[in-house]
Amino acid sequence: MSLAVPSELEKEIDDRITHYPVSKRSAVLPVLHLLQHHFGYLSDEAVEWTAAKLELEPIKVLEVVTFYPGFRQEAPGKYHIRVCRTLSCAMAGSYELMDSLCEKTGIDRSGVTHHHPIAVSADGKFSIEFAECLASCGFGPVCMVNDDFHEAVTDIDGLLGQYSK
Amino acid sequence: MSEIKTDLVDVQIDGAWHQFPKGMRMIEACRQAGVEVPHYCYHPKLTSPGNCRMCLVEMGMPPRPAPGADAPAPDENGHLPIAWMPRPVIACANTIGPNMGIRTTGPLTEECRKGVMELLLANHPLDCPICDQAGECSLQEFSVEHGKGESRFRERKVKKPKNVAVGPRIRLDDERCIMCSRCIRFTDEIADDPVLGFTDRGSHTVLTVYPGRELANNYSLNTVDICPVGALTSNDFRFQMRVWFMRETNTIDTNCATGCNITVFARENKIYRITPRQNNDVNSDWMPDSHRLNFHWIESESRLTDPLVKDGDHHRLASWSEALATAADKLSALDGSEIAVIASARMTNEELLIVNRLVKHLKAGHVDTVARVGEADGYLISADRNPNTNGVKLVLGLENPGSQNEAIKAGIEQGRIKAVIALQENLVDDAGFTPELLGKLDFLLSTYPLANATADASDVVLPGASWAEKSGTMINATGRLQRLNKAVDAPGQTLEPWEIVRDLIQATGGGNGIYAVTDLFKQLAADVSEFSGLTWGQIGDLGVPLIETGVTIPLLEREKQRIASGLIVG
Amino acid sequence: MSGISYKSGRVPHAKEHRVVFRNIDREGWDTSIATYLSEGGYEQLKKALALPKQEIIDEVKKAGLRGRGGAGFPCGVKWGFIPPTNTKPVYLICNADESEPGTFKDRYILHQDPHQLIEGMAIACFAVGASLSYIYIREEFPEAAKIVEKAIAEAHEKGFLGKNIQGSGFDLEIYVHRGAGAYICGEETGLIESLEGKRPYPRIKPPYFPAAMGLYLCPTIVNNVETLCHVKHILEIGADAWSKTGTPNNTGTRILCVSGDVQKPGYFEVEVGKVTMGEVINDLCGGLKPGRELKAVIPGGSSAKVLRADEVFTVGRGDDARQLTIWDIPMDFDTLAACGSMAGSGGVIVIDDSRSISWVLNNINNFYAHESCGQCTPCREGSLWMKKITDRVVAGKASPSDIDTLYGVAKNIDGRTICAFGEACSWPTESFVEKFRDELVSDTRPELEGAIVNAETLTAAAGL
Repeated sequence: MSLAVPSELEKEIDDRITHYPVSKRSAVLPVLHLLQHHFGYLSDEAVEWTAAKLELEPIKVLEVVTFYPGFRQEAPGKYHIRVCRTLSCAMAGSYELMDSLCEKTGIDRSGVTHHHPIAVSADGKFSIEFAECLASCGFGPVCMVNDDFHEAVTDIDGLLGQYSK
Repeated sequence: MSEIKTDLVDVQIDGAWHQFPKGMRMIEACRQAGVEVPHYCYHPKLTSPGNCRMCLVEMGMPPRPAPGADAPAPDENGHLPIAWMPRPVIACANTIGPNMGIRTTGPLTEECRKGVMELLLANHPLDCPICDQAGECSLQEFSVEHGKGESRFRERKVKKPKNVAVGPRIRLDDERCIMCSRCIRFTDEIADDPVLGFTDRGSHTVLTVYPGRELANNYSLNTVDICPVGALTSNDFRFQMRVWFMRETNTIDTNCATGCNITVFARENKIYRITPRQNNDVNSDWMPDSHRLNFHWIESESRLTDPLVKDGDHHRLASWSEALATAADKLSALDGSEIAVIASARMTNEELLIVNRLVKHLKAGHVDTVARVGEADGYLISADRNPNTNGVKLVLGLENPGSQNEAIKAGIEQGRIKAVIALQENLVDDAGFTPELLGKLDFLLSTYPLANATADASDVVLPGASWAEKSGTMINATGRLQRLNKAVDAPGQTLEPWEIVRDLIQATGGGNGIYAVTDLFKQLAADVSEFSGLTWGQIGDLGVPLIETGVTIPLLEREKQRIASGLIVG
Repeated sequence: MSGISYKSGRVPHAKEHRVVFRNIDREGWDTSIATYLSEGGYEQLKKALALPKQEIIDEVKKAGLRGRGGAGFPCGVKWGFIPPTNTKPVYLICNADESEPGTFKDRYILHQDPHQLIEGMAIACFAVGASLSYIYIREEFPEAAKIVEKAIAEAHEKGFLGKNIQGSGFDLEIYVHRGAGAYICGEETGLIESLEGKRPYPRIKPPYFPAAMGLYLCPTIVNNVETLCHVKHILEIGADAWSKTGTPNNTGTRILCVSGDVQKPGYFEVEVGKVTMGEVINDLCGGLKPGRELKAVIPGGSSAKVLRADEVFTVGRGDDARQLTIWDIPMDFDTLAACGSMAGSGGVIVIDDSRSISWVLNNINNFYAHESCGQCTPCREGSLWMKKITDRVVAGKASPSDIDTLYGVAKNIDGRTICAFGEACSWPTESFVEKFRDELVSDTRPELEGAIVNAETLTAAAGL
């Protein structure tokens, strides 16, 4: 496989796999998480690398990758924003938050479909998608930027300012 | 259900009480009670995911008495009253228990079926007029029986990939797929080639083959058979014939010693399709692609259609009587020790019986068949690629079929053997007899369905029917006697091999009074002890065990294990 | 609770009774084991290790602890379902997939008090005989996963996990397993499939009851975060004392998560059944927004059936029968069930008169259509269908009969699926149509009755 997995990362992956002494297959999610964290998304090569690593048929990995919204098959921006779309946040203005974020980052979501939920800004700095309930319903609208969680987001400039580099 | 088991339980199905073994799946109990429960995902040879929800039925158990209250009293037959559960249950995966009630009719079950049908059809394309599955589609069938007859669905249907080549022999229409997962389970559980899977989720779920991979294993076409809708179709059969026009013949596969049970689908003497036919002692529900697709040669342009006799260095058409007279002249001039009969382990027991008579009649000094050995595939394909080697041993009396080929070649080379009668075998291509060697013979007669190199070298060429054009019995690798049934008429003047051999015996002064293949079977029953007492009718569609060979079929052994572990019904 | 001070603006309401949330937002509290140990941390585990296992199970049964994840099933009874003849390994999984919309409680335990959970899990593992345990944390809590892993490492270091814990001979490893953003992983058999590395398709029950055939087809107990935390407290004060909080059959405290149209949404740990819906809205949450009136409440996560503000509920039987307004409903399992809804996961979503019911229902339908795993027919096809209908209602492109269809589709899902997602996705539609039909119909246009919505479908139907 042509995926270049650094030895440090592979070591971490191997360590994760030991958490599943009964079945290596159980390590599919953690391995994919680590690869996505490193590469930004899960390429076909990443799927095949995972399959080889865990001695699975590649289809069994692809089935998992495509099921979970937490896994991406397309490269996101440097900062990937997930805006909660679900009821409490929507009541608190998450659709408006999405519109504002798109406007300020210059992201066009018109091409978003079920199969391609992520829209990326032209400069590749930001990408955005709606996520379902992020479980902070009392403090909406909430969003995540990469692994950072933000609640009651009203100051959009302030939010984006934290990711100006 | 040959044996009565001790742990029988009473089950009420649609009001009538029955007894079945405890732990039997509800759907199977219903089937045995004569009540069909419609289903899509359930297949007795595969694990049960319970995903289609078409087999929902009403279920009840004896009421649990309130604390302190009396237990319900049984009726005069010992049956307790049944408290029906408000929620329906799937009949495919739930098992029966004592005093259980099952209702497959009534408002709840009917509502469930109507509901599931409406939902299945919501996103299903209504392209039945051009769908190959039409006529044998469970979706169509249950729509008629259980559907509402109208749809309330007014939305845009979900778009999915169409006409996808998932393998060399199969196309996939994802919009037709109802996600029953039978094909995935087959490739995972039976074919050990897990290349199919579901991607995405919810209503957007797509059946797919892993990009760059193919559903190419030699059992792939079984997925087409078990697809309850027209999602998976066979390239070979696609758009060839509407299924309702075809005539079905139950027969057996002759590509190897397993003798998979098959159904031949034909219309107006043309075979369009072969599918496996369930026989749990032979091939379960499956067969290899290579075997099922090996029929197009039957309508080949190079079929022999008339007897031919050699005239100088070319052949000319002859009548049967002329051809047989020519053969008789040549053979009568020779001593039996100068004659070799090479028959075929592709011949039926009946044919072999009459070949045996020919051998005796001619006092032929040499007799053998041609061995065909390949590799066993660990599933259904036997290493022995002849369908009736056991018949050759038993009926023709050869201990080691094929072992005399080299001796016969040497006899020809040395001039000791002057005539060869090659029955349904192409000696040049399949047994290593060179045309030069055959050229040393005074007389060569061959029968075969197709023109071939041996026919080229033959003095008399007789068109012998193919496996699909004749009837008889064969004994498979495990020792099971099975019936081959004629599915189509042979072309031109072609005769069944047993007729040819009979006529040859008559032409050479013998007589026998055999008029039908069943007469030969009666003779078998009289002459061969293993057959004694058997009748043609007893063999039936599924065959009967005839001899012990100790041979097992790997795929069946694995299925037995899965049955024993409760994973599948079997 | 005297002597504990909380961060400014996060001080618990006087009507709260903090047990599991005792240390949440607490001044000076951190996630280190040192802090946890300084207040008697892991003492209950030590105590448990000296007890017969059955005694712990009996204690939890006696306490009447009901699952806080959604179904409200008695925890000790669930533990007791492990077959007595079992010879296979037993697993315990903590369900930290917190994904029911409206619910946001486990988040705080994981982020602020991980050792409480680990101690609860260790006690539970000991009781049921599990030596390998996983915490299934939703992907959207990456920070929590790190915190909990660090806490596990600390507990290991201190000998509360690993081999021969505290010299008891009991071994236990706990690992964090991160999900990847799928609601269905909150369903326990879906979670198990996910943990096995497969698509999280819920399993059919029977035969796959987790307590008998769960993870790797071995007996497996799946408990919610909050539930497992309570185990520690039950051991600490004893089942009798513990069950004195709350109300009969609805014992203990639970965390209510309130969101939507209230002045001060948030999380509140209260005695089960001791506060009413009115108190939740008016006292704990500071009332409705100025000038607004209550329209509806979804009391137990978005899959719970909606309660209309002007409904009158009859609860109890015979002499105990009484009528309640929405404001009077005590927030407990049994009363909310008697009111035709459920306490569910404790997520209370308040909807005022500024909201369009069509819009609310459409938002919910969007969620469930997105989250349907697609395994079984009714939910796979029905959840998207319902969403498409309410899309049209919101867009003014539906006719009144579409509301009937919507209801019919929901009814065709309810009770006919592999898992409870069928109910989760159909109950909102069923209850909203039953209770707000007039408003939904008022958003439709009678002149669209019979109009061609989708020419393509009709073309296909005609076989063209």
